Amino acid sequence: MTGKQDLVESVLAGKRLPLARLLTLVENDAPEGRAALDQLFTHTGRAHLIGVTGSPGSGKSSLVNQIALALRNPTDGKPARSVAIVAVDPTSPFTGGAVLGDRVRMRDLAGDPGIFIRSMASRGALGGLSRATTGVVQALDAAGFDIVLVETVGAGQSEVDIARLAHTTLVIEAPGMGDDIQAIKAGILEIADILVINKADHPGVDSTVRALRAMLELGHPTHHRAAAGSTAVLWIPPVLQTIATKSEGIGELVDAIYRHAAYLHETGAWQLRDRIRLQSELEQLVQLELTARWQDSVSPELLQATLSMIEARQISPYQAAIQLTHPLPEPHSG
Amino acid sequence: MTERKIRVLIAKPGLDGHDRGAKVIARALRDAGMEVIYTGLRQTPEMIAEAALQEDVDAVGISILSGAHMVLVPRVLDLLRANGQDGVRVFVGGIIPENDVPGLIAAGVTAVYGPGTPTTQVVEEITRAVLHPEQA
Repeated sequence: MTGKQDLVESVLAGKRLPLARLLTLVENDAPEGRAALDQLFTHTGRAHLIGVTGSPGSGKSSLVNQIALALRNPTDGKPARSVAIVAVDPTSPFTGGAVLGDRVRMRDLAGDPGIFIRSMASRGALGGLSRATTGVVQALDAAGFDIVLVETVGAGQSEVDIARLAHTTLVIEAPGMGDDIQAIKAGILEIADILVINKADHPGVDSTVRALRAMLELGHPTHHRAAAGSTAVLWIPPVLQTIATKSEGIGELVDAIYRHAAYLHETGAWQLRDRIRLQSELEQLVQLELTARWQDSVSPELLQATLSMIEARQISPYQAAIQLTHPLPEPHSG
Repeated sequence: MTERKIRVLIAKPGLDGHDRGAKVIARALRDAGMEVIYTGLRQTPEMIAEAALQEDVDAVGISILSGAHMVLVPRVLDLLRANGQDGVRVFVGGIIPENDVPGLIAAGVTAVYGPGTPTTQVVEEITRAVLHPEQA
């Protein structure tokens, strides 16, 4: 690879092809990608990271399209923001392939140099993002985009990784999603900073609004309380209605996004979320690094012998795991 | 743990509204383990080149049934080159008269596929062109 430095400088200068190439390197976990991210990291931390999640077919891509349009063409005198979009779709667990179709709903954004859209396959990760999403978002942040919108895989009840990545999490629902019990289950609704009921022209919208409001009144998610810290201010997630295909309700939604950003800054929750995100990233990387070192250090013969002992019920899997990982392998010299 | 995936953009330029062929190919490439970026109907050459750049694809498949291929396809190739994406392989599928095929190949298209081409052939040739460009 000629000029790792060139790649970093081109990305910082806002050049689009080098940025696109860097995103591929990061996605493939290539050493050049890691090295570039190391250098770019000091330029991160400026973008407002917005997560968009919700069940499949709730209209996430159409809403992302509308939000980006509104951020690019503000009507209220605010400056236009540059917007990067990361859209994650599932990888087939059987073939490893993927059809990434989120751009179909984002054709209004074509031709705008203040927009950059990247589709990603989940590549086997289960939390609604892919393992490389964090790195891709960092690269886009360093490239100078004001706002990075991350659209998750169509999520159900446990794909909550996005809340750790984003400053502001939008949970999109469509009317008729189920009864009140669905709304009080743990999981995806708890991570919402803003709840959006899209397709608000469909029947059942009133009961969906009622169910979500009732859920919110039962108690506020713990991370909102923690995020508010010692201040008395509490963020209560608004329940908004939109019709993305008719651009209805988008102004209110974008206002709520700006209000949430202001709230995060005023209460110090912005730094707190930044810290939580970096901590979880660090822990994840330490886990991967330790696992890789352990795999390098243990001989296949020892592994097979241990497995045979477990098979013969001579030791338990738990005992074997302790034996195989004790003492922890030393880092490689050099 | 470097993992190389072939990324292909499937695009449908022009005004005809039939994307069944494009979807069949997208599905076949997915089943072959590729990551397929599907952009939908009525794309302009500019939209196709922009998407190819942002997605950093290895190949672009253009499905075209309207008869405008001799205009649209060279335009896409020009834009890819202008963006510095000379290495991206371009494939064309659809209703392409035999007489037009040499012109498209000369313009830089890697292969042209008519109706009834087995998807296995398409998968094999795209894979070869991307992984071993010197042989294609």
